[in-house]
Amino acid sequence: MARTGPAERPLSPHLQIYKPSITMVMSILHRITGAALFFGTLLLVIALVALASGSSAYGTVQAIYGSFLGKLVLFGYSWALFHHMCGGIRHFVWDTGAGLERGTRMKLAWGTLVASLGLTILAFVAYLAG
Amino acid sequence: MSQESSTSLRTPLGRVRGLGAAKSGTDHFWKSRVTAVANVPLTIAFVVIILMLSKRDYAGAVKLVGQPLVAILLLLFIGSATYHMRLGMQVIIEDYVHSEGKKIALLMLNTFFAIAVGLASAYAILKIGFAG
Ligand code: HEM
Repeated sequence: MARTGPAERPLSPHLQIYKPSITMVMSILHRITGAALFFGTLLLVIALVALASGSSAYGTVQAIYGSFLGKLVLFGYSWALFHHMCGGIRHFVWDTGAGLERGTRMKLAWGTLVASLGLTILAFVAYLAG
Repeated sequence: MSQESSTSLRTPLGRVRGLGAAKSGTDHFWKSRVTAVANVPLTIAFVVIILMLSKRDYAGAVKLVGQPLVAILLLLFIGSATYHMRLGMQVIIEDYVHSEGKKIALLMLNTFFAIAVGLASAYAILKIGFAG
């Protein structure tokens, strides 16, 4: 229902009132990476359609994706993918009812970040070495 | 979806319990989780395939994507990811867009985008696979 006039009771405190914590940051990052991946699927469909279209179309895509800016975007995409994957696995743990205690929550949040950065670096090293 | 007729003796409260205010119960949550679980192995396969692709020229890339196992893994990834992202983006839209008209338009666009990306990718993979 639309409220008319000022509220007569205290409203619940909103985001900006809280001191940022790692769990908050990881929560919003899960959403941001999810949304980024949503649009990131364009990168995949463009490459696949180009590959199906022929060598000149694919060559153009290769040149763009292989440029410095292109590589930067792909690096960011791969981090978003790994981060969202690790964050998702954290959600699976919570879905069982486990891992919601303060200490565990913090460990899981940091673990997500460390794992996602580790996997991104691993993939990047594999790319350079391959 | 409620199968009960309007002549049911159950109270409205009793009817809504178990399905919740959105009347779809745990359906959305469950599909989001099933696709999320599927996404884990499929994402890893996807990353490995992309890393392999990055080392190949056009002819090599066509050959790789044309391999049945690679094509099937890519198709599974695309199917699961686009279904999952549509559910996820729906929640984001419902959380932030409160004007009814805008919300419905964005929810439609969300569905169109997911299906277009999914079908275009699937078509490209199949074309490469069948044409060789
Ligand atoms: C790689 C494995 C993945 C896992 C384990 C995973 C897991 C999850 C989970 C558990 C949620 C729900 C979070 C919640 O209930 O609040 C979620 C949300 C979401 N996912 Fe994924 N996901 C994966 C991949 C993807 C991919 C590839 C995309 C896009 C192409 C994607 C897009 C989204 C979006 C848009 C949301 C909504 C975010 C939100 O509501 O805050 N996910 N994911």
